[in-house]
Amino acid sequence: MQVEVRVFATLRRYLPELGIGEAKKVEVPAGTTFAELRDLLGLPADEVKIIMRNGLQVEPEDVVQDGDRIAYIPATGGG
Amino acid sequence: MARKILRINMTDLTATYEDIPEKWAKWAGRGLTSAIVFDEVDPTCHPLGPNNKLVIAPGWVSGTPAAPSSGRTSFGGKSPLTGTIKESNSGGLSSQKIAKLGIAAIILEGQPKDGKWYYLFINKDGVKFEDATDLLGKGMEEVDRIMWERYEHKPAVIGIGPVGERLAANAGISVNDPENNPGRYAGRGGLGAVMGARHVKAIVVDDKGGPGVEIKNMDLFKKGRKKLTNAIMTHDLTKKGGGLNAYGTDVLMNIINEAGGLPTRNFSSGQFEGAAKISGEMIAEMVEKRKAGMTGHACHPGCIIQCSNIYPGPDGRIIASPIEYETAFALGANCGIDDLDFVAKMTKACNDLGLDTIEMGNTIAVAMEGGLLEFGDKEGALALFDEIAKGTPLGRVLSNGVEATAKVFGVHRTPTVKGQSMPAYEPRAIKGIGFTYATSTMGADHTSGYTIAPEIAGVGGKVDPLTYEGKAELSLAFQATTAFIDSTGYCLFIAFPILDIQEGFEGMVESVAGVMGWDISANDVVEIGKEILKMERLFNERAGFTNLDDRLPEFMRYEPLPPHNVVWDVPDEELDKVYAWVHES
Ligand code: SF4
Repeated sequence: MQVEVRVFATLRRYLPELGIGEAKKVEVPAGTTFAELRDLLGLPADEVKIIMRNGLQVEPEDVVQDGDRIAYIPATGGG
Repeated sequence: MARKILRINMTDLTATYEDIPEKWAKWAGRGLTSAIVFDEVDPTCHPLGPNNKLVIAPGWVSGTPAAPSSGRTSFGGKSPLTGTIKESNSGGLSSQKIAKLGIAAIILEGQPKDGKWYYLFINKDGVKFEDATDLLGKGMEEVDRIMWERYEHKPAVIGIGPVGERLAANAGISVNDPENNPGRYAGRGGLGAVMGARHVKAIVVDDKGGPGVEIKNMDLFKKGRKKLTNAIMTHDLTKKGGGLNAYGTDVLMNIINEAGGLPTRNFSSGQFEGAAKISGEMIAEMVEKRKAGMTGHACHPGCIIQCSNIYPGPDGRIIASPIEYETAFALGANCGIDDLDFVAKMTKACNDLGLDTIEMGNTIAVAMEGGLLEFGDKEGALALFDEIAKGTPLGRVLSNGVEATAKVFGVHRTPTVKGQSMPAYEPRAIKGIGFTYATSTMGADHTSGYTIAPEIAGVGGKVDPLTYEGKAELSLAFQATTAFIDSTGYCLFIAFPILDIQEGFEGMVESVAGVMGWDISANDVVEIGKEILKMERLFNERAGFTNLDDRLPEFMRYEPLPPHNVVWDVPDEELDKVYAWVHES
């Protein structure tokens, strides 16, 4: 199944081929967790603070669904 | 030397240094501006009339040696935009310099009998009242330049642009930064018009030879400072090269967009297809590509987070500083504009003319909805600033903010609470911030209770943004803690590391306790903050506000917001919980 992944801010350095806000299409087997997908993409676990699926936060151990819009987000804030 | 109150009376043109009365002795920053406004300003007075005052106060630790990121100044008064009490907080050069002169607060009151305009020069020898006739009509860029030519020692310049001179409800107060740019603003709530109503164009502060800040318990202060500095420098968001340092506050653009909470086209959607083009990542890319400007800029000496930036144009010439998330949302996404150069040009105009960028962007968005121009029309939006500069009738309407403009153009979708428009977080999609917007003593304001930290950023815990259970307590805890931090002189952005790192929180409190000679701990912060909130809340009640004013605009209750298609479904009783304690004790 296919999902699309975005990374932002300091995490962009691990997927340098992506433009700002650009999505990477990834094929994953059914049952893949967000943690496994993160590792597959080479994103360091300790730099990923938030994971979003379709705009809602999920946990690393949750399972990816076909067609998900996924974002890995580092420590963030501002105002 | 004990701190003094500097009272400047524009009616008599006198300046007096008063001993700080017992009732105010413990306060600084926001606590002090609110205490003085509470005691001295009639809540029913007209904000632009003779009886309102402008109060300016550095925080507890401002001006002390090497307290990190502690150069914030509080500006207080009754707001022309909201009719409530107001504290608006700015970086820039002013806080440390006022504090080093031994001044706890400047109270600016009265109006010149002769109708003339003045600027004030304050140094160790006292206050000079100078004729400001030659500065009238000038933008803040020029005023800052002139003042640095007239005075040595690179003084702080607090000033108002032409919009403040015209007493418009969206007039902010500018403070210059270390490069003498006018871009640091006590923007919200129209306090520039309160200054203008005193006929004061600028206040120039030179601290050379001042007595400095007294620190009662140096060991405790140093211990606290170290813990706080460590927390800031190790947290992923605030450390060197971390999110704030590398991308500025606009690091949030893509993330809030992803969460479906980025107000777009006058609060009609929570996602903007052009978000990436106006994001912090794009600012950093432009700085790199154009080989000019900078990220990681400090808005005052001694800020170690350095979230500010200087944004260059295609020719490498500087357009504006800083481009904040709030600026990029208001002048960008909310107007359907995805061109960072235009956002920067409009920011420059706001900074020069003396406008709050949040209210201004939201005002243009409302005018777009009202048919004055199309969403996304960047040239048209930029041209509106010419109207404002010239002071045409249209320009004067626009410089009075969202509600004034919405009325003129027949728009009912007005994203305001108590007359002030909402910042860059959609409350339908992020409920906790809606509690803060609704109940804050300031009108719709994110900084006064930034629940975004746990709702989106996973800082200080994690909670679901789409539900409202527990949010009344969450918002109150944030509002109270913020009232304390706004009194310290520390930048509110220290909240991110210290909410995650307990040692840092203790350090913040210890550094304050060290300066003041107190015996307080982290557990006292919320109670002290609530004392401030109570003064503000009571002021507003006496000005005529009730819990019915603590409500979000009606359209948010029936218009579902894409992409989550949610409405504001929070029962009013939940909102009323936030300040129920004020009359319970
Ligand atoms: S963190 Fe940013 S806003 Fe805060 S004091 Fe530093 S530069 Fe100014």
